[in-house]
Amino acid sequence: MAGSTAARRTRGGGAARPADAGAADQYRLWLREMLLIRRFEEKAGEAYSLGKIGGFCHLYIGQEAVAVGSIAALRPDDYIVCSYREHGHALARGIPARAVMAELFGKAAGCSGGKGGSMHLFDAARGFMGGHGIVGGHIPLATGMAFAAKYRGTEQVAVCYFGEAAVNNGAFHEALNMAALWKLPCVYICENNRYGMGTALERASALYDISERASSYDMINEVVDGQDVLAMKNAMDRAVERARIEKAPTLLEVRTYRFMGHSMSDPIHGHYRTKEEVEEHRKRDPIALWSQKLMADGLMDEPAVRALDAEVTAEIADAYRFADEAADPEPGALFADVYAPEKG
Amino acid sequence: MTGTPVTTLTYRDALNAALREEMRRDDGVFLMGEEVGVYQGAYKVSRGLLDEFGPMRVVDTPITELGFAGVGVGAAMAGLRPVIEFMTWNFALLAIDQLVNSAAKMRYMSAGQIGVPAVFRGPGGAALQLAAQHSQAFESYYAHIPGLKVVMPATPADAKGLLKSAIRDDDPVVFIEGEMLYNLKGEVPDGEHLVPLGRADVKRAGTDVTIVCHSKTVAVALKAAEQLAGEGVSAEVLDLRTIRPLDSAALLGSVGRTHRCVVAEEGWSFAGVGAQVVDVIQREAFDQLDAPVLRVTGADVPMPYNKHLEKAAKVDAAKIVDAVGRVLYR
Repeated sequence: MAGSTAARRTRGGGAARPADAGAADQYRLWLREMLLIRRFEEKAGEAYSLGKIGGFCHLYIGQEAVAVGSIAALRPDDYIVCSYREHGHALARGIPARAVMAELFGKAAGCSGGKGGSMHLFDAARGFMGGHGIVGGHIPLATGMAFAAKYRGTEQVAVCYFGEAAVNNGAFHEALNMAALWKLPCVYICENNRYGMGTALERASALYDISERASSYDMINEVVDGQDVLAMKNAMDRAVERARIEKAPTLLEVRTYRFMGHSMSDPIHGHYRTKEEVEEHRKRDPIALWSQKLMADGLMDEPAVRALDAEVTAEIADAYRFADEAADPEPGALFADVYAPEKG
Repeated sequence: MTGTPVTTLTYRDALNAALREEMRRDDGVFLMGEEVGVYQGAYKVSRGLLDEFGPMRVVDTPITELGFAGVGVGAAMAGLRPVIEFMTWNFALLAIDQLVNSAAKMRYMSAGQIGVPAVFRGPGGAALQLAAQHSQAFESYYAHIPGLKVVMPATPADAKGLLKSAIRDDDPVVFIEGEMLYNLKGEVPDGEHLVPLGRADVKRAGTDVTIVCHSKTVAVALKAAEQLAGEGVSAEVLDLRTIRPLDSAALLGSVGRTHRCVVAEEGWSFAGVGAQVVDVIQREAFDQLDAPVLRVTGADVPMPYNKHLEKAAKVDAAKIVDAVGRVLYR
């Protein structure tokens, strides 16, 4: 397949499409969703410090445009499978902030009944098939959902999100090989935030250009600017259509950056990256970039952006109150759902 | 079973019949694994299925256990009923993350929203002179995990009835076949023959001692019981059939009658299935026992290649007879 990569790579980005009224509403909605995630994560960090959230908690701040832009391209019956940094994807999919925050608090009203926590958010009715805690282990799961869609002859698409560190894992290789071999409707979104915990991409992968990995599977790939929600949406539209119509998988390498530590126990820069590097990347804050664009295009003005932020902040405050006051699972929940209920 | 038509089948063909019947019954059931289609199965369990059901439902995979086990879990999460064949359970170690971290936990982590109605099946245990990496009994690994069920048929009839039940079960089932059992012949009820999961079976009734066993050790225990009968000892052979959930009631019922027990298994002794059986008996039937429960297991070594060493490492009837003699203080 020499030379196939360049031929099979599509080029993304480019100028924004002219915004008609419908698009303008959608653009404002994306800003709202990104702000919702940002304020949610800030509040989750605060709650973690107060001991209201336990265990591991991986924040999505800096990467919001990836979840919002990509999920905007999906239909309600598509499948979404995530890693453990999935609060943002859950919110972008429309799981109410109350249900997500309550899950982080371990409460019965959480979207996983308080039994999953931050890393295991589920909402089957929304096709949100979980946050998964083993790096790379969920990539075959999404592939299996794509297989099921093809098996049944539906037009559903499965989307899998993972970090760049997962591409060195055998599960990634095995799954992408089968997806390409069997022409499965799956979109693999590698959120390349540059670090697998504290290990920089260049210290873990012999190949720095992750999108090139797709050439091993003769799979179409694209590099996407993950700080640009519109570029993300446009690239995802192409990949989803390819999956839905052509039944061909795509690997999207989305270049982004996490502004916070790997988890709540990791400082923002620590030993593995400099404060200056973080500051440099913060200049391309996806929310700032998008709100500036909407203002430059005359779709919103500054008071409107502030009002939207206030509205979202209030929604998160409500979610926090709700989660804080919600009940713990009943003691009987301990032994529920290990196995299916006995068939009558 | 009176009145039910039966056919003499090999264990292999009984499994084939179960797959065929369940695939006809439910179009969400499919078979996936290495060499299941064009090659007709490494052990010919899937013979003829590709012809009948086509390549979408009889899916040949690359040699990628972790990958296709995960594809099976994902397909099950999306509502299909995959039967994932491992060429042997030795190779399934590459996939254990998908069984333990994905299949077993999905229902619980999602508070009951998403189950994994998948069967993972293939041969386990030692055959003949396949050496250390191909001669292992892993049932205790999987039985350790809440969320999994572990099923191990010893006869053709049980193979068919248990596999049909496993495919219809809404939870992930680890279905370990006996590599040395595929040619075993026996009467198998035609058509709708379902053996419920979680029920042990008395394969030979007796009054003096209970021999607890499963999978291919059942035949060894029956041979020992026959020999013991010649010595005037009436041994009951209790086939667990399902390791998890363990049929504690059947265990306690049998030991309640015989008051002595030997637990035989092919696998290693440390933290083996027999350790769990002994735990149940000593807690629930302590007052019933007339002797400590003894275990007969594979030798605590990697399996050697040399046939004499291999024989020495395996459970055989003589070792069971010897253990029975000790619990009878003979």
